[in-house]
Amino acid sequence: MPQLVIPSPGSPTHPGDARVGSVPTWDDAPCPVLVLDAHGRVVGRNRAARLLVPGLPSDDGSSWEPPGWLSDAHRRHTGGTAEGTPSGTIGDRVFEARPTPTADGVAWWLVDDTDRRLAEAALLRAQDRTDTASLLFSTLLSSLNVPRCAEIAARMAADHLADAAVLVTPPVGRGYAVTHARRGEPVVQETRQVDPHGVPGLAEALRGFPPVPARWINPDDIPGWVVPDGFAGPVGSVIVTPLPGHGVPAGALILLRSGTEQAFTPDEERFARLFAARAGTALSAARLYSEQTAITATLMRDLLPPALHSVHGVEYAGRYRAAADHERVGGDFYDVHPGADASEETFVVLGDVAGKGLDAAVLTGKIRNTLQALLPLASDHQQVLSLLNGALLNSHHARFATLVLASVKRHGDTVRLRLTSAGHLPPLVVRADGTVEEVDTRGTLVGALPTTPGRTAETELAPGETCLLYTDGITEARGGPLGDELFGEHRLRKALAECAGMPGEAIVERVQMLAAQWLGSGRHDDMAAVAIGAPRRGAPGGTGGRNAVAGRPGR
Amino acid sequence: MSETRAPDDGLCDALWRAVLDGDEHHAVDLVRSALGAGWDEESLLLDAVAAVQARIGAEWAADRITVAQEHAATAINERVITALVPRPDTRGPSEPRRGRVTVSCVDGEWHAFPARLVAEVLRLRGWQVDYLGAQTPTPYLVAHQHRTDSDAVLLSGSLPTQLPTAHAAITACRSVGVPVLAGGRAFGRDGRYARALGADAWAADARGAAAVLEAGLPRPTVIRQAVDDLPHLVDQEYTMVVQSRRRLIGQTLTELEGRFPATCGGDEARRERTAEDLAHLVDFLATALYMDDAAVFTDFLDWTAGVLSARGVPAHSLVAGLDILAGQVRDFPRGLRMVRDGAAHLAGLSGPLVPGTAA
Repeated sequence: MPQLVIPSPGSPTHPGDARVGSVPTWDDAPCPVLVLDAHGRVVGRNRAARLLVPGLPSDDGSSWEPPGWLSDAHRRHTGGTAEGTPSGTIGDRVFEARPTPTADGVAWWLVDDTDRRLAEAALLRAQDRTDTASLLFSTLLSSLNVPRCAEIAARMAADHLADAAVLVTPPVGRGYAVTHARRGEPVVQETRQVDPHGVPGLAEALRGFPPVPARWINPDDIPGWVVPDGFAGPVGSVIVTPLPGHGVPAGALILLRSGTEQAFTPDEERFARLFAARAGTALSAARLYSEQTAITATLMRDLLPPALHSVHGVEYAGRYRAAADHERVGGDFYDVHPGADASEETFVVLGDVAGKGLDAAVLTGKIRNTLQALLPLASDHQQVLSLLNGALLNSHHARFATLVLASVKRHGDTVRLRLTSAGHLPPLVVRADGTVEEVDTRGTLVGALPTTPGRTAETELAPGETCLLYTDGITEARGGPLGDELFGEHRLRKALAECAGMPGEAIVERVQMLAAQWLGSGRHDDMAAVAIGAPRRGAPGGTGGRNAVAGRPGR
Repeated sequence: MSETRAPDDGLCDALWRAVLDGDEHHAVDLVRSALGAGWDEESLLLDAVAAVQARIGAEWAADRITVAQEHAATAINERVITALVPRPDTRGPSEPRRGRVTVSCVDGEWHAFPARLVAEVLRLRGWQVDYLGAQTPTPYLVAHQHRTDSDAVLLSGSLPTQLPTAHAAITACRSVGVPVLAGGRAFGRDGRYARALGADAWAADARGAAAVLEAGLPRPTVIRQAVDDLPHLVDQEYTMVVQSRRRLIGQTLTELEGRFPATCGGDEARRERTAEDLAHLVDFLATALYMDDAAVFTDFLDWTAGVLSARGVPAHSLVAGLDILAGQVRDFPRGLRMVRDGAAHLAGLSGPLVPGTAA
């Protein structure tokens, strides 16, 4: 047996001091060593190597063939073409083999690598699971739409947990939304009348209380509607899992497998539980969001600016932009209340409540309702303003408002207007020749002082002329190319002068567009504009209906 | 479509004259009688109404009609569409045969006409369409997706300066699992900017958009972050140009006035126009930086040169503004290169530099 002296770890300056009298040999090395000669025969091995392959005939080793991977590595090593660290199995362990030269050949030191490899494999599996889970869950949480959420959850369950998945959400109205998914197939969603008691455990899971564990049920017990169309072969196993929500029942997931194997592995079970929890969270968030959106939409309906169109031969157009882009409502408002017929005046109002956002919008709603109630008196602007003033003073709102009232009626080709400003910017009239006139009306704002003195002005629009009511959000838009200037009345008038003869909707669009471009990305107040226009000759304005005019008016 | 007749030039000319006259009634009569004579609605919308709308834009650029006429004509053309297509509430009991889509303009986009045409064509082809119109704030567009779960969002934009905003909208829609089909001149003639911004598809026109939807647009599965699309943004040049926009415009204007007093001549309105021209320059430069594509900038210069020369302003007057702007952005390597290349490009178009009246 060759003597291999293990170098001492002692100080190199006193090599002679090291372990005199007890020189360890390679036979003592804790790691198995095999010595292979030039022919690849095992010519020696240490104690650890003997323990490694205990069945070998004694010490000469000549009758033992080294494993193939080591023979190959040895051949490459002696041939000078070795690359990397060879590794392979001996028995049920994995070793890396590192060569050192000896007098008899090459000593291969076998370093046991089994545990590291097992740990690496486990880590890779865990990483893979985490990646899958994180992709699944981020997709699950991406939408706040209930049917979409159910679709994603069912599809994922079918792809990762079972051959098919059926997701049932608690009923809205009478029907249950049932989502069917088969692996690799398009998801099918429908609303149907089902009896949850027909599936063991489903009714409890749908109620969300008491908390029930996932439950294996007998495939013979499930009704036909549970099995997706086209499910391959008989159903082997079925599990019903509740989806826990945030205090609200989110639904239940029924997983179907076609095989007969019932049990999930512990990993699969853990994953299924996690999946159910996340799907439940996503679904209940989506449900809460859609309920809130529905409530908001209902409350908002009356606060949104109305769509304007022609009434009794007069063209109306309005545009609104709220200060906060996502809110759609704010402190500006307008309404057009058509007269009972063409011989009656149409009542138009545009106003601006101090403040912005939802609080201001709520007050605009109250003012609009109050004005609606005052419509029988609408011909007397002063009285309307005085009554509205009283109503605002008596309310708990500390806010005030400015507005413009207009009573509009068509006479032949022309349109007559009576206009009253209550502390508001005076309306502007765009004449056919491009002149822009300010309507001479002045008055006090409402909701602040005991009385609201004011002056009503009259004007008449020839065909193609337009009267513009607007709020100060437009003139006080701050921006411009140099960034810090007001849009101002001067620019507005200049823009309007170029709008002579344009239809009202084109004018309000142009005014809003210029103000928006002036602003750039800057902050702004609510902006509203209403155009009241006398139709051009040649335009079918007579009745306001596009379909009702048979002949063309003369030009 | 093949069995129905397509509108001819005669109809387009007559419609163009009626629209330019502001004669809504005659315009509506024309398309109604064309319908009666066997044209189909889609061809009328795309081959007559859209053609007239394209002509409105071209005539404005060539300074043959005023802004007011352009707006008025567009408004009439909108009414022609309304008269041409059945209203949703009078469309009878037939359910939409296909899926549900959202048609919207990029936030800041006022030219809703192309989007409206797409919406109407898709309705005619049986899609349920939510048309959100011009100037749709991105948060509203996304909230709409949560409410409705569209099969796709069709996003329309005409000005390249809206591309950064469009990018935000595309990323947001895709991150809630809705694919985006982009269209409009903003996205480039071949749709290259739509692809660069991560849109799922691009279409050149309404028929192309319908074809993409009919072929099926898969939902995005891998969620990308906005920065994945545009790694060059890491140099912060876009951010810094946008942040210093006001200063860039102001300083360039001041220097321009110093070099060429004729530029503004003490006339406040003229000064403001010059400032607006400079603002456009800076905005397009910023967009070119955002997209890392100098063509955004040079295409704008070409277009501006065309519009200016139609109005008797020599195109090379832009070069003076570019020279000064180059000095202002000398610390931004990408930006500086774009400004210099732009100036060289323009000089190549128009010969020797003569200081002009507009920057």
